[in-house]
Amino acid sequence: MIYTASPLAVGIFFSVVAMVLGISFYFGRKTKSAKGYFAAGGTIHWSVNGIAFAGDYLSAASFLGICGMIAFAGFDGFLYSIGYLAGWVVALFVVAEPLKRMGKFTFADALDSKFNSKGIRLMAAISTLIVSIFYLIPQMVGAGALVTPLLGLPHWVGVVMVGGIVTFIVTTAGMKSTTYVQFLKGTLLIIFSFILVLLVVGRGVHNEPSESYHEFITLQAELSGGSVTAVSDPSYIVEGEYIENGHHFVKLNRDSISSWWNLDAETSTLTEALSIVTLADGTVLYNGAPKDEHLFYSVGNMHEVTVNGEQVEGVSGLNAISFLAVIQESEVVRFISDVFTFGDERVRIWYQEITPGNEILSPGLKFHIDEGSSFADKMNFISLMLALFFGTAALPHVLIRYYTVPTPADARKSTIVAIAAIGFFYILTLYMGLGAMISGVLDVESSNMSAPLLAQSFGTLMFAVISAIAFATVLGTVSGLIVASSGAVAHDFIDTFLGKKLSDHKKVIAGKLAAVGTGIIAILLGIAFKGMNVAYLVGLAFAIAASANLPSILMLLFWKKTTAKGITASVTAGIISAVGLILLSPSMFMRYGLEASAAPFPLDNPGIVSIPLSFAVLIIVSLMTGDRDRTKGTPLLSD
Amino acid sequence: MMNHGPAVEYHESDELLKYKQKAGLRLFFIYSAIYAIFVILNTAFPRMMESVILFGLNLAIVYGVGLIVIAILLGLIYNRQCTKMEKRLDSTDVKTEGGSE
Repeated sequence: MIYTASPLAVGIFFSVVAMVLGISFYFGRKTKSAKGYFAAGGTIHWSVNGIAFAGDYLSAASFLGICGMIAFAGFDGFLYSIGYLAGWVVALFVVAEPLKRMGKFTFADALDSKFNSKGIRLMAAISTLIVSIFYLIPQMVGAGALVTPLLGLPHWVGVVMVGGIVTFIVTTAGMKSTTYVQFLKGTLLIIFSFILVLLVVGRGVHNEPSESYHEFITLQAELSGGSVTAVSDPSYIVEGEYIENGHHFVKLNRDSISSWWNLDAETSTLTEALSIVTLADGTVLYNGAPKDEHLFYSVGNMHEVTVNGEQVEGVSGLNAISFLAVIQESEVVRFISDVFTFGDERVRIWYQEITPGNEILSPGLKFHIDEGSSFADKMNFISLMLALFFGTAALPHVLIRYYTVPTPADARKSTIVAIAAIGFFYILTLYMGLGAMISGVLDVESSNMSAPLLAQSFGTLMFAVISAIAFATVLGTVSGLIVASSGAVAHDFIDTFLGKKLSDHKKVIAGKLAAVGTGIIAILLGIAFKGMNVAYLVGLAFAIAASANLPSILMLLFWKKTTAKGITASVTAGIISAVGLILLSPSMFMRYGLEASAAPFPLDNPGIVSIPLSFAVLIIVSLMTGDRDRTKGTPLLSD
Repeated sequence: MMNHGPAVEYHESDELLKYKQKAGLRLFFIYSAIYAIFVILNTAFPRMMESVILFGLNLAIVYGVGLIVIAILLGLIYNRQCTKMEKRLDSTDVKTEGGSE
């Protein structure tokens, strides 16, 4: 799609950025000590911390990625919302208060609170850096996706912009400014998402999404020997066809513009599709023409609207339940992607598929877990849900927020505020995603843009506000991740592992330098991973966190035979197995330009293997080293 | 120099700690079971998730949204239990380290 920037959008965007920078300047002047820099002095009120938790956690993956996935795959995208929220239960009931009691600045403090082990420090620092960087990639990709429509700038500019602003926020005032940036962003995100949902539900469900929506043409085909020879409109000339895997795509030409169509063999009907064709000389054509001729349309609409068994043109003024019920009873047009080579042209096509609403609101459109799915498909799904459930309570940037409040009771209360705010937002994602799916706003090239484009259907102001908040969303989350990384480097690695015993002031300097380094790495990776769905990428970060960190946290709390060497080995095994299996997964093989089927590990998410492996390694190594290395006395929580 | 203990000192009785731990674990296992059943149903009986069960909505939506709502409710119950116990025992003694920011 082609995006053009509006002055209003640019104005609101820079207002939000100015507000964020103002907060950083204000707190930057007050933050001098390491405790102030890494843990906001432990003085944040639990209610502010709770919303800041939400601001930290509701990242680009939640807002852009999940809404996009729901818009393209319905309920399967919502499964991410469910899993992300469920993980907070582990954080609240098991981890929050003990972690607060045991730690100071980083989660490595907690892991190492009974051992004073350099091995634990080193591996916890490495784990924090790896998880944070995996989590940073989707945030930066999301930032790049946003600035294109918002400011009319290329993807890489957005990535550099976020990297620069966030590094500035973190290096000026550390956790204090980060907390208030996240609080502000969390509040704005939830309020404006709620307003957007009210607008979506109030608008209702209609056959025609808008007056300007492109009406996709259908033609009757004449077939001979299974091949299309002519079509009902003689102004179109048949140029060729591509038949494979049950699909029959036909290339037609009219007025010297070539376009691709999808043939329904049963009815001999050709339906206009969207296509991006790369010619042999590298020229890229969007529906047969250069991009700036605007022949590549935004999509997403109802096929039939049914209310209480009767077909209608549309229905307005719905409520939260009836909106879902109408979609469930109706039929939706989705655009399915396929890629093939035709002569010396590389064709990417999006063809229409009419999908019953009940299938949209049930599992199976993205995760192949229905009848006919393979064992690996089902394991892939279970693996993802496992990683989401156990990942939250092991994310370093979430864990460090337990040290910004005064007491364990405050840690608990702030987690509950976070669960309420995040849970409410995740319910909103269902409406925003479905709203985008049926409002004719989808950019098939970028699922991440679904929520901002949905907002655009309510006017430029709404688009500008939502996009600016989405950008602030990225800023808030990236800030938290960079604080976590800088704490791992300055506090865990340099101060404790290397034993440099930095002064308070030097530790803050080291933290700031580490923040700059992490920011640069995040920028480079954000550019490299352009185009991947950000919710999927965050799912990988969860898998690494759940594999590397959670087994150690849980076993330290509940198993008295846990040893320092057991924890070190478990974190090491978790990191290596999770990252290794991700690199050998089908999705990454496609990223390398290879066949997905050639991937040695059949699952996209490693959690189902790497989490149990990490537990097993901890138990075995602890038992082997028990007499020499065991924690003195009792486990931290139980007997 | 650096110690790696908490930034703030607290004093909570063993009785309070054990109570909170037990309450947390109990609710954690309840929620884990509900979540596990959801994952199993989606994997083993995906068509069952299409059954319309409440207000014209199918099981997938009702169970999915229900999981979010239940998490919030259990969180509130847990906080109520813990706060009640903290007040009853009145044993949380918070002394902030004098540190500045």
